[in-house]
Amino acid sequence: MAKRVFKVWRGDTQGGEFKQFDIEVDPGMVVLDVLHRIQAQQANDLALRWNCKAGKCGSCSMEINGKPRLACMTRMNSFGDDEAITCQPLKTFPVMKDLVTDVSWNYEQNKRIPKFKPKPRDADGTYRMYQEDVDRVQEFRKCIECYLCQDVCHVLRDRDKPAQRAKAGETTKGSFVGPRFMIRLASLEMHPLDTDDRIPEIRKEFGSGMCNITRCCTEVCPEHIGITDNGIIPLKERVVDRYFDPVAIVGRKLFGIRKRTKTRAEEASEGKPASGAAGETKGPDPR
Amino acid sequence: MLDVSEIQTITHDVLVIGAGGAGLRAAIACSAHKLKTGVLSKSLLGKAHTVMAEGGMAAAMGNVDSRDNWKVHFRDTMRGGKFLNVWRMAELHARQAPDRVRELEEWGAVFDRTKEGLISQRNFGGHRYPRLAHVGDRTGLELIRSLQDHGVHQGIDFHMECTALELLKDGDRISGVLAYRRETGRFIVFRCKAVILATGGGGKAWPVTSNSWEYTGDGVAMAYEAGAELMDLEFTQFHPTGMVWPLSVRGILVTEGVRGDGGILKNNKGERFMFNYISERFAPETAATVEEAQRWLEGDKNARRPPELLTRDEVARAITAEVKAGRGSPHGGVFLDIASRRPAEFIRRKLPSMYHQFKELAEVDITKEPMEVGPTLHYFMGGIRVDADTQETTVPGLFACGECAAGMHGANRLGGNSLSDLIVFGKLAGDGAKQYVDKLAAEPVPTDDQITSAIRRATEILNRETGANPYLLHEKLQATMSKGVGIVRKKDELEVALEELQALKAEAATMKAPGASQYNPGWHEALSMRSLLVTSEAVTRAALIREESRGAHTRLDHPGESAEWVKYNVIIKKGSDGTMEVEKRAKPEGPADLVAIANAKIEDLESGKVGADVK
Repeated sequence: MAKRVFKVWRGDTQGGEFKQFDIEVDPGMVVLDVLHRIQAQQANDLALRWNCKAGKCGSCSMEINGKPRLACMTRMNSFGDDEAITCQPLKTFPVMKDLVTDVSWNYEQNKRIPKFKPKPRDADGTYRMYQEDVDRVQEFRKCIECYLCQDVCHVLRDRDKPAQRAKAGETTKGSFVGPRFMIRLASLEMHPLDTDDRIPEIRKEFGSGMCNITRCCTEVCPEHIGITDNGIIPLKERVVDRYFDPVAIVGRKLFGIRKRTKTRAEEASEGKPASGAAGETKGPDPR
Repeated sequence: MLDVSEIQTITHDVLVIGAGGAGLRAAIACSAHKLKTGVLSKSLLGKAHTVMAEGGMAAAMGNVDSRDNWKVHFRDTMRGGKFLNVWRMAELHARQAPDRVRELEEWGAVFDRTKEGLISQRNFGGHRYPRLAHVGDRTGLELIRSLQDHGVHQGIDFHMECTALELLKDGDRISGVLAYRRETGRFIVFRCKAVILATGGGGKAWPVTSNSWEYTGDGVAMAYEAGAELMDLEFTQFHPTGMVWPLSVRGILVTEGVRGDGGILKNNKGERFMFNYISERFAPETAATVEEAQRWLEGDKNARRPPELLTRDEVARAITAEVKAGRGSPHGGVFLDIASRRPAEFIRRKLPSMYHQFKELAEVDITKEPMEVGPTLHYFMGGIRVDADTQETTVPGLFACGECAAGMHGANRLGGNSLSDLIVFGKLAGDGAKQYVDKLAAEPVPTDDQITSAIRRATEILNRETGANPYLLHEKLQATMSKGVGIVRKKDELEVALEELQALKAEAATMKAPGASQYNPGWHEALSMRSLLVTSEAVTRAALIREESRGAHTRLDHPGESAEWVKYNVIIKKGSDGTMEVEKRAKPEGPADLVAIANAKIEDLESGKVGADVK
């Protein structure tokens, strides 16, 4: 048992400040345990999110001593004995109260991504995929949606601030969707069963070009997903192949080999029939 | 006086409460039936408890061992449940699980594969063959994300961080739900024709639990208050392997997949003690020696399964007995060893989140050292009584599925049967709600009285000047349940627990949450205490009346299964005077063909001597 100093940001949409708590800490505790003790003993109404307490749900994201972390996976013995611990809400997202932020913008981005469009089943009613072909997609699907990568992304945090702008009622159309949703797009784009062509939208609607590969997102990922190298860079390469590969350009010009370069929204605005509407249901009836 | 017309009202055909696997699957079924569907979730979408499920979902697809089929799965489920399962539910589940799992692939799920490119299946406790479709040890995440990503394109309205408080009725029918938003603390009236409860269990009544804060028995309590019957709540599953150290992570789950993939249990003398705890029922199908268990691990199809893969109730009791006899590990558990059984690379690939969890939280490298584990409250087999085919409760318009519904698992649930339960019965609940809504003559209407009194009950916690601290009250409740209604139970201890619960109820009537209603966890804690108290009382009363030891319910004063009690369910209902009524009610007998399958010797079932005529 030892007394530790916690400085916890308390406030709401109107602003706030750090409040100090002196609190007993037991061996083996993580930051979330200490925050719960503060909540039970000193500040019943301290707002924070948590669920699984085992790094599996991605709810307790916050900035601890300035770094985006999961509070449930941050052990107290990772700090110096006398070090004060500061906890503050994710900066990229608008504050709701105390350590809780409004992350609804992320859910809106997810909805914009056209759904999975699987090819038909084999004749025996199953799908065949080989482990080596799904390893990469499984890596992306480890994502627990903690949004630490979104929090640390320079485009979302400092440059575009779409979550803040959306809260203020502005449109954020065309803004970068952030590393989390690049990874989601990559998990669809590289899925062996997916038949949808997603490249024009990845470039023009989801903003793949906005990422300048500083790899900050990869560094903070608690699931150790190779967000930049395994996900975003390959997507950028696919975009480059589609739009700027000289062989493909020649192929288009001379032989009329066409792969889609316009988004479905662009096709629709030009009055052409869209090449497979986004989000359209395919496959057997979900019942 | 409160003006009800000023409260936000949202109308759906069907409102699903809970956004775990069962709730999402039910909502998808409702929207496929063109019903206007809403989902309430206490947390953000994708964070529900399903996300923590690790090992896999059981479905007799026979991809790894072609001898498997629904009848063997059904037989395993009944035997694991000690024959107290609702026959029809165990049958529906075993028959439909494979289709439900394959359907997830169509929605984007990416399970681990066999060499042939099919969905791989792993061994688990109580399952005769490798049966669990899985993704490493994060299968729950895969399930919830697949349903979530599919669901957001189905026209379902998701109300995140929105908590249901009370069910509203029109006469005896469901007419809506009163809920509040966490962010603003504002109340919302949901008007709907049917409600599907998918709220999970109530593990938070115990201090050592794998359950998250959401698991406060809300559905069970709301259904009870609305007049629905509850069933078999005495059966609370203690998962044999939770973390025991450090104290702050005590209870966090260690997947049964560790044992399924070869892990063994040892006491502090280094003995593989499970061989001393093989019950008569399972002896013919369990390895008798270490040597035979070793051959099974190496893939010998004639070797029987190791005793570490007995059902959870049996393993949890064995661990408790070892610790009690002084043969436990330093922190009061036993040792779970996979390090000496499998190469480090295999462990990191098949059990990545276990590796991660122990490394980060306990500073233990499970590829080098054994884990310390002990029982943790994990799951409610009992819950709201439902019709097997439609999942309708005894209240018209009220449906329940997943963990909050009773019957599927009897006295003990097999690992892996929960995720499949969610998707099988989630869908059936959606189908059931559709049938109900179609037949409904007039739209049910909630009355202003119910709404205002429900709001008053919720806000008086904030408005009181002083009162009991809800967090400390919750700790007291956990101490009571741990002491009196734990893994082994006795009449006098249960009676003491019941007395303490009455005192806690009185104290809870004076709870005070400081602060305003906006995102105030103290208030939320106080509100969920109401559900926890109802649920705890129901568990305790049911445990007191069932005078036998069966599955997860162990009575020291009534050892062994009784031939009499297998014929009865324990039904709980709110009496007309407001007190809790407990009834020992005869359990309907199973159809002869299913009874024959469940009781058959495995050889007879597989040779077709029994059950061949059941298609």
